[in-house]
Amino acid sequence: MNDASRAQILNRLHAATKQQPVEAPEAAGLPGEAFSRDEKIEKLKSLMEAVRTEVHVVGAPNWTALFKEILIKRDVKTLLYAPDTTLGDRLQKAWVTESNELPELVTYDGQIEDFKEKLFATDAAITSTVGGIAETGAVILWPDKNEPRLMSLVPPIHIAVLEAEKIYNTFSEAIQTENWSDKMPTNVLLISGPSKTADIELTLAFGVHGPKELIVLIVKD
Amino acid sequence: MPNDTGPNFQQNASRALNDKQLRKNFKFAMGNFILKRKQIFSDESKTEQLRQIGNDIKRRALSQLPQLLEQLEEKCTQNGIQVHWAETLSEANQHVLRIMQTHRATRLVKGKSMVSEEMGLNDFLQKKGIEARETDLGEFIIQLNNEKPSHIIVPAIHKNKKQIAQIFHEKLSDTPYTEDVEELNAIARETLRKKFFDAQVGLSGVNFAVAETGTLCLIENEGNGRMSTTVPPVHIAVMGLEKVVEKLADVPPLLRLLTGSATGQLITTYVNMITSPRKDGERDGPREVHLIILDNGRSKILSDPQLRQTLQCIRCGTCLNHCPVYTRIGGHAYGFVYPGPIGKILNPQIEGLKKAGELATASSLCEACAEVCPVKIPIPQLLRRLRNESYASDSFSTVKDSGYKKNLIETIAWKSWEMMNTHPLINTIGQKIMSRLGAQIPKIGPLKQWTRHRTAPKFASKSLHQLIDEEGIQDE
Repeated sequence: MNDASRAQILNRLHAATKQQPVEAPEAAGLPGEAFSRDEKIEKLKSLMEAVRTEVHVVGAPNWTALFKEILIKRDVKTLLYAPDTTLGDRLQKAWVTESNELPELVTYDGQIEDFKEKLFATDAAITSTVGGIAETGAVILWPDKNEPRLMSLVPPIHIAVLEAEKIYNTFSEAIQTENWSDKMPTNVLLISGPSKTADIELTLAFGVHGPKELIVLIVKD
Repeated sequence: MPNDTGPNFQQNASRALNDKQLRKNFKFAMGNFILKRKQIFSDESKTEQLRQIGNDIKRRALSQLPQLLEQLEEKCTQNGIQVHWAETLSEANQHVLRIMQTHRATRLVKGKSMVSEEMGLNDFLQKKGIEARETDLGEFIIQLNNEKPSHIIVPAIHKNKKQIAQIFHEKLSDTPYTEDVEELNAIARETLRKKFFDAQVGLSGVNFAVAETGTLCLIENEGNGRMSTTVPPVHIAVMGLEKVVEKLADVPPLLRLLTGSATGQLITTYVNMITSPRKDGERDGPREVHLIILDNGRSKILSDPQLRQTLQCIRCGTCLNHCPVYTRIGGHAYGFVYPGPIGKILNPQIEGLKKAGELATASSLCEACAEVCPVKIPIPQLLRRLRNESYASDSFSTVKDSGYKKNLIETIAWKSWEMMNTHPLINTIGQKIMSRLGAQIPKIGPLKQWTRHRTAPKFASKSLHQLIDEEGIQDE
């Protein structure tokens, strides 16, 4: 039944485009501006703040200190992180010799099937990003085996670390420069803020399904 | 005129027009949407440029639609996504059911999908003993109340918070009555988190399917789409076959157009691009991803060089927001899954003119929809075309029920009109008669219908030609 349907649909479509060809224009490029690094940081920051993301610009040596403050202020008890990453190494080192005010570090153990209960009970998660988009304000995530997809979705607080050098002017630029079409991973995410909805009387409310808070740390060298 | 086979649009419209609460809800919401779109697309020439790009991309995709679908299938298959084809709604439903049954699954969570509404999937699965749970907040609200979406983007927009508070209080156990929007959201979050946790299969729509890479793009703000496509071990995506685009580079402009037009956002909270199921070593995401490609009349639409523009639609809903008719009657009055201007051109082509042709008449042809459409579909032109189709004598037409309203009286009326205007003598005599007796034509039949909401024109005692002659103006 399936193959027959496939054939019939495609036959009709082939006949339609053959008999009545559609004009096929090549679209012009999307008009985009080029910003300096600091402009990109500023633009991304202000746009993401406008959709209630908390954004901090911080020097590379200091970010873990700031990060700890953020967690303590929110009384985070458990923090999900990826140990086998540069980011994870930094955290592990920073967590040694610390007071017990800091949240317990949790790792994504095994597959989701085994970890689901713990995941849904975790307070916060920290992930890296592969870049940001200045023009619209968003961070880009390529989840992988170290940083699985649900880290940035299930815990109520998501902290994303963004290297200032990796902010692109536009989404198009990120796709082109990094040659995405040759190496699309399982999942790519653009995230601009905490989960939100306006389905009731168009009243904006945050944290309807995903994180209630998104905190972006833009790290400058 | 009441329609035998389709919903009774006129009756629905009258009822909606008399519902003050409904009209207030829509007037507020649509006004808001119009404003927000205007703010995001404040630069007219840039917006125009962007719309042209959107139009170009979609036309380019349609020009090679079968090839792109084949490429999409090939790429998806390489990536491990299983592709299924459905000519009809019932076939699409069967695909979903079969996948559910293979996994002995009885719990499905759904991200928002208009195609699944088109399929009537929830009712179908319910009859098979499967719970299909809507998880988009708006969809969740109306599903609790056994209603259909009244808008493509904000399905529960016809409800105000008092009505929603009542629905939650009545339909969800142990839920106190509250009109606080934050609290209502929190109730939905708690209820639905459990559903995501327990679901065996997740279902979603597709905003753009990229042939070049076999990637499915889902655009959303809430995160329920990501939940539905990531937590359960199986993900089923359903798409209309017109959703395919050629390459990844086509996505950014379409994304800008979609979010700007739909909700006045530069970008949504989440853009979720799915290219494969969970790979070895990865820890989450579905182990199986299925893509169901639905035709349901779309391939037929492609064969008409004018009407095929309908297939450019990216379902942003902005034509609804800007439509003076939609704003006054809301989405339910149309009686079909797709309301508003896009529904007026889409439904008659999918369902046939007998059932849905009347929708094409529910327009003042004010052109607002054409002015804002992000992919420049000339909706008013297509409306006129479909109106004519009902009376057409062209047997080559691909539109179902073409010419079904063709009748002797109308044919005679138009023939007489033609004669009046091509024969000066008949014209003069005719005019004399009408200026004397025109006002006395009894308001019966079509004239009664026509004058129900309109004042009948008065016939002047002198014709324009006469007046011009008397004024001494030279005419050709």
